[in-house]
Amino acid sequence: MLPLWAVPEFLVKLQDDIYLNFIKENRWKYLVEGLGVTLRVTFFAVLIGIALGFLVAIIRSTHDKVGTVSTFTKFVLEVLNFVCNLYLTIIRGTPVVVQLLIIYFVIFGSVRIDKVLVAILAFGINSGAYVAEIVRGGIMSIDQGQFEAGRSLGFNYTQTMWYIIIPQTFKNVLPALGNEFIVLLKETSVAGYIALADLTKGGDIIRSQTFSAYPPLLAVAAIYLFMVIILSNLQKLLERRMRTSEK
Amino acid sequence: MKNSKEVVFDENKDPLIRVVDLKKQFKDLHALNGVSMDIYKGDVVFVVGPSGSGKSTFLRCLNRLEEPSGGEIFFEGVEITDRKVDINLHRQKMGMVFQQFNLFPHMTVMKNLTKAPMTLQHKSKAEAEAEAVKLLERVGLADRADAYPNQLSGGQKQRIAIVRALCMKPDVMLFDEPTSALDPEMVGEVLQVMRDLAEEKMTMVVVTHEMAFAREVANRIVFMADGQILETGTPDEFFNHPKTERLQAFLEKVL
Ligand SMILES: Nc1ncnc2c1ncn2[C@@H]1O[C@H](COP(=O)(O)OP(=O)(O)OP(=O)(O)O)[C@@H](O)[C@H]1O
Ligand SMILES: [Mg+2]
Repeated sequence: MLPLWAVPEFLVKLQDDIYLNFIKENRWKYLVEGLGVTLRVTFFAVLIGIALGFLVAIIRSTHDKVGTVSTFTKFVLEVLNFVCNLYLTIIRGTPVVVQLLIIYFVIFGSVRIDKVLVAILAFGINSGAYVAEIVRGGIMSIDQGQFEAGRSLGFNYTQTMWYIIIPQTFKNVLPALGNEFIVLLKETSVAGYIALADLTKGGDIIRSQTFSAYPPLLAVAAIYLFMVIILSNLQKLLERRMRTSEK
Repeated sequence: MKNSKEVVFDENKDPLIRVVDLKKQFKDLHALNGVSMDIYKGDVVFVVGPSGSGKSTFLRCLNRLEEPSGGEIFFEGVEITDRKVDINLHRQKMGMVFQQFNLFPHMTVMKNLTKAPMTLQHKSKAEAEAEAVKLLERVGLADRADAYPNQLSGGQKQRIAIVRALCMKPDVMLFDEPTSALDPEMVGEVLQVMRDLAEEKMTMVVVTHEMAFAREVANRIVFMADGQILETGTPDEFFNHPKTERLQAFLEKVL
């Protein structure tokens, strides 16, 4: 139990800490600019992840589904499927930080390249592998009758996928995709490994300047938490929208 | 007739569909063991037989939803079992109705009806919708154009599914047990639509267990068993003078 006179002193200390860590020398800018980078990386990585994920999922389920096609088509599908499996195995079998480091220091080691771009690529490629598995499950869960109805009207394979299967898949996998992107938002916090000044790194820079750890790090945590809560609510809203549009 | 480049096809004389020695094998199961049949314009052919006899497989081979293992199918003079044929073009002329309706749940009724004509036959939205409305009126569902499939009853769904196929202006309609998934009180409304179609001289191939309906509407009934056609005849021949013992036994069971 603190003595009564200690409370104001504690508040004074807090005020000093806030001043030192966020106001003085405009240190809050590290957080704001870091947040901008984090959001940019997450947003574009999400786009790459969706595109890549759907592409891989479509290739894999086409490979599993096709019956009689020409030997050439079959060969192409085999090769594509092999490449997809390789991609999935490698990406899901190694840590995302290692992938980020390899892309930055090995693949782009000898060229000057924007770190934000590297991070977008690394996290997008990583996310694509997880999205692919979500989407593949979504495609396989669509009733075969939908596919047959499309083909019986005269739609070719691609049209059937595009107009009939994919829209339904998208609706089905939306909750899982939402979760994947919340995970991705938090995962980008390792971008500091390639010295990218994201939100986490921003907090860490402040800490190293002020030698006080709790104000910047708690602030960083609070910002992540806030964004995740917003995203979760957006996701719920969108799901409800989509459900009512079918009712 | 074999040369798909110069098709000589007279719809008044030549069969609309000619099936020659059709075979289908699933691994080591012979679902179809050489089925041959000619279907002419305006024919209403009913296919009946015990469960597992290959009725659905036969029907699905006609538009190559199932890939035949052997034999030939000619549609409007073109051998559509030829691998070089673009089957998608011919499917546009063969409407298919499924037991489970298979409406597209993410589209409104109107979209279900107009998507294929607009995409595949390049009809304008206005034209496709006008045609869809006309057909919807005929099946008494014009007021459901903006509904989604899951807001419809089974009978309504199946009527919409029939209209969806009709919107492509097909030359033949294939039905695979169109009333088997329906509650009994909804069977009648779907049969009525089919009856109307038959009266308008639509060519139809119908797989069904509705014997009374077959007797009333068919001009030919085909009895399948073990992947073969055992007997073919007019409704009168079929029900009143069955020749094979298999058919006699079958009729005794289902009538
Ligand atoms: N995709 C498939 N793979 C393996 N076997 C199949 C497949 N489709 C059908 N079969 C088999 O082929 C045989 C014929 O089946 P089909 O569905 O054509 O019978 P059916 O006459 O339509 O029967 P029902 O009256 O029960 O619908 C059955 O033994 C069935 O198990
Ligand atoms: Mg069947």
